[in-house]
Amino acid sequence: MSAFSVTEPSARSKGIAAVLVFLYAFITLLPLLWIISTGFKTGPDSISYPPKVIFTPSIEGYVNLFTSRTRINEEDRATLSPPANFAEAIVRERDMVITGPSRFGERFLNSVIIGFGSTFLSIFLGTLAAYAFSRFRVPLKDDLMFFILSTRMMPPIAVAIPIFLMFRSLGLSDTHLGMILLYTGVNISLAVWLLKGFIDEIPREYEEAALIDGYTRFQAFRKVVLPQAATGIASTAIFCLIFAWNEYAFAVLLTSGTAQTAPPFIPTIIGVGGQDWPAVAAGATIFLLPVMIFTILLRKHLLRGITFGAVRK
Amino acid sequence: MSESPIDSLARATPPALAGRIRGLSDRSIAWLFVSPTILLLLAINIFPLIWTIRLSFTNFAANKPNAEVKWVGLRNYERILTDPDIWQTMQATAHFLFWSLFFQVVIGFTLAWLINRKFRGNDFVTTLIVLPMMLSPAVVGNFWTFLYQPQIGLFNYAVEFLTGIPASSFSMLGSVALAPWAIVIVDTWMWTPFVMLICLAGLRSIPDYIYEAAEVDRASKWRQFWTMTIPMVLPFLMLAVLFRGIENFKMFDLVVQLTGGGPGDTTLLTSIELKREAFEKWRTGYSSAYAIILFVTVFGLASIYVKALNKVKER
Repeated sequence: MSAFSVTEPSARSKGIAAVLVFLYAFITLLPLLWIISTGFKTGPDSISYPPKVIFTPSIEGYVNLFTSRTRINEEDRATLSPPANFAEAIVRERDMVITGPSRFGERFLNSVIIGFGSTFLSIFLGTLAAYAFSRFRVPLKDDLMFFILSTRMMPPIAVAIPIFLMFRSLGLSDTHLGMILLYTGVNISLAVWLLKGFIDEIPREYEEAALIDGYTRFQAFRKVVLPQAATGIASTAIFCLIFAWNEYAFAVLLTSGTAQTAPPFIPTIIGVGGQDWPAVAAGATIFLLPVMIFTILLRKHLLRGITFGAVRK
Repeated sequence: MSESPIDSLARATPPALAGRIRGLSDRSIAWLFVSPTILLLLAINIFPLIWTIRLSFTNFAANKPNAEVKWVGLRNYERILTDPDIWQTMQATAHFLFWSLFFQVVIGFTLAWLINRKFRGNDFVTTLIVLPMMLSPAVVGNFWTFLYQPQIGLFNYAVEFLTGIPASSFSMLGSVALAPWAIVIVDTWMWTPFVMLICLAGLRSIPDYIYEAAEVDRASKWRQFWTMTIPMVLPFLMLAVLFRGIENFKMFDLVVQLTGGGPGDTTLLTSIELKREAFEKWRTGYSSAYAIILFVTVFGLASIYVKALNKVKER
């Protein structure tokens, strides 16, 4: 590069830009930092005025998140044996005893099962369809983008009405399978679109060479195209996973017990007299942290999914 | 090339089946690959849409599946379009849509423009800024109700700290005047990065030589900005507005957690109203008609918009 370029911003303008952008980043991250820190506060610390930035960390929120508790009176407390573990000890300080595990573990597991299940299915079906759309003359090909856009114009609640009726008559209401199929249906048009973009970029010559070498179409797909598309498949998978992980509208309307995921559950965590904010924050932290880490590690690959394929590089 | 597990699996496939797969023509492979996806789309997207259209002409109620279903013709549509409450809902949605898009475009573009100075650490800070939009709107929206608490909430405290207005003197979610802005603030916080990312892609697509040529022609920086930067980023910006517009028109999770439509009906967006009609009042036929009206509205607006977008792109 030349020593002086007319298009290179001056050091001063770079400096000002950096200060402003970092300031914005700090402000925009405050709510997230607040979620993480509230998870480590005690109940009283979490609702103090002015808001506490420096506090003695406590895992009370996490203990409350994973347990259900009940208040006990003075006399009964005297009859209890000493607390068996640290969680019991923390709960006792608030005049309560642990009565069992909370639902959070199950709900989190549901999110994992439904998230990974629907991602696997979307990618499996999506890759096949994307390959066909990319390499063969298939009807509907040109309508694909239009289709993706139009399925996304329908508010989820509107789709939820017939899905609710359909699932009820098929016995799929509140089941993992039902939610996996539903999320796959929502994700797949976008997944096909993104994957088609990735497969389009793999030169056809590679496959043609393989076909000349005596590979069948199927083998060429498996041995030439799939390895080449691996990065694209992985980034599409993460995008599908994040959608299913974050989805709320369908989950709250179509699941209530067995298959309920974490997003509808976390806001319902209540303590004595209103929401138990440290426990809510603890649940939110556990739920949001994997996505934050994924985003930081894989930003470059996520960009295309986030922007619906509008941004190529 | 070493043998992968898939290869050994393929060899384990019975010869007849393997032969059949190998013998498939391109045409049958195309159909084999595409049909499961099409079946799924038909089941989850097309079929429900058709069913919704059908239901919208009836008085069906999903909580009374055994009651007699009567064909009511266009009456549902008539009632919705003449109901003044619907227009109030549309107004609340329009307010939310307009202002959230406005702030996201202004802040998002500015950020992208600043980040495009390519200062040290710009990649790292972009990643940090993107974080809010990757998170679950319901979980984050729920936590914002805590930040918005009068007295103890971080947001109110920040306002007190910066302006001196006492933190306990106002309630962002409880006040009729402030609640519509409270949802705009959270949506802007969450989705500005989206507009920023697309603008950034637009800015980076402008080749350096154009600016170099402009420098040679002694065009001022100001002039360069308005006659080159803006027109070249515009198609990207419009695309971002289209995506955000569609998403915000059907906004549900974030706002239902923040305000649930209240106070009064000041933040009753169309999706929340639809949820009440469909899953609380169980007027399935009526809400199906409502859903179709919304769909047609978005569809119509989006089509006009896409036409405009294509015109801008052609220029």
